[in-house]
Amino acid sequence: MRIVAVCGMGIGTSVLLKMNIEKALDELGVDGVVDAADITAAKGVAQGADLVVTSEELLSQLESLPVDVVAVKNFMDLAEITDTLDEYV
Amino acid sequence: MTALNDALGDIAVAATPADWRAAITLAGDGLVRGGCTTHEYTEQMIAAIEELGPYIVIAPGFALAHSRPSEAVLATGLSWVQLASPVEFGSANDPVDLVVGLAAKDHDGHIAVMSQLAGILASPEHMESLKAADSEARVREIITSIENGTT
Repeated sequence: MRIVAVCGMGIGTSVLLKMNIEKALDELGVDGVVDAADITAAKGVAQGADLVVTSEELLSQLESLPVDVVAVKNFMDLAEITDTLDEYV
Repeated sequence: MTALNDALGDIAVAATPADWRAAITLAGDGLVRGGCTTHEYTEQMIAAIEELGPYIVIAPGFALAHSRPSEAVLATGLSWVQLASPVEFGSANDPVDLVVGLAAKDHDGHIAVMSQLAGILASPEHMESLKAADSEARVREIITSIENGTT
């Protein structure tokens, strides 16, 4: 599956989130490609993606995307990310 | 020395900022002292939070202060500000007692350092010992021992 990690700038929090989503996919035994994007690029990058993962603050700005969008509270909590992804894989 | 220690320019411990703007400013000052950014970048980091909300508070007690690559970024690097008095950002992960400032010249040059940082942030034990560190030397010592796998 293809997942896009979205943050405000595309260099910091989304990069950390992308790393932990990749670990979570490993744990779930799911093959996936994860991209990091900033919120302005997200609309384009999310085309054809299966899932967008972001923070609660940015969720409302991404809900218009034609893909599932989900928020994670603690980007460093692998268990939370794994549980969140488990509903979509 | 580790990649993370190399990238970490300025480290402050026991800081007492009045509010989140002051905390971000301390992280920005650290980036300036480390030769990573101009003061304009500090303004950009604060503006990003005003515009997009406190999404940079990505884990309990931890904020990753940053903005996008721009002319205000002179070199890729990090600063570290550990707070003696935690501040509120208006995030579900409040209160914040560790702010790491990040400046990146581009989208790829800092990935190895971010990977190391992610490894440390993911461990509550490592975070606890780093937040208890009372000097720059102690912070660096802990990071080195984590990277060497001796902690």
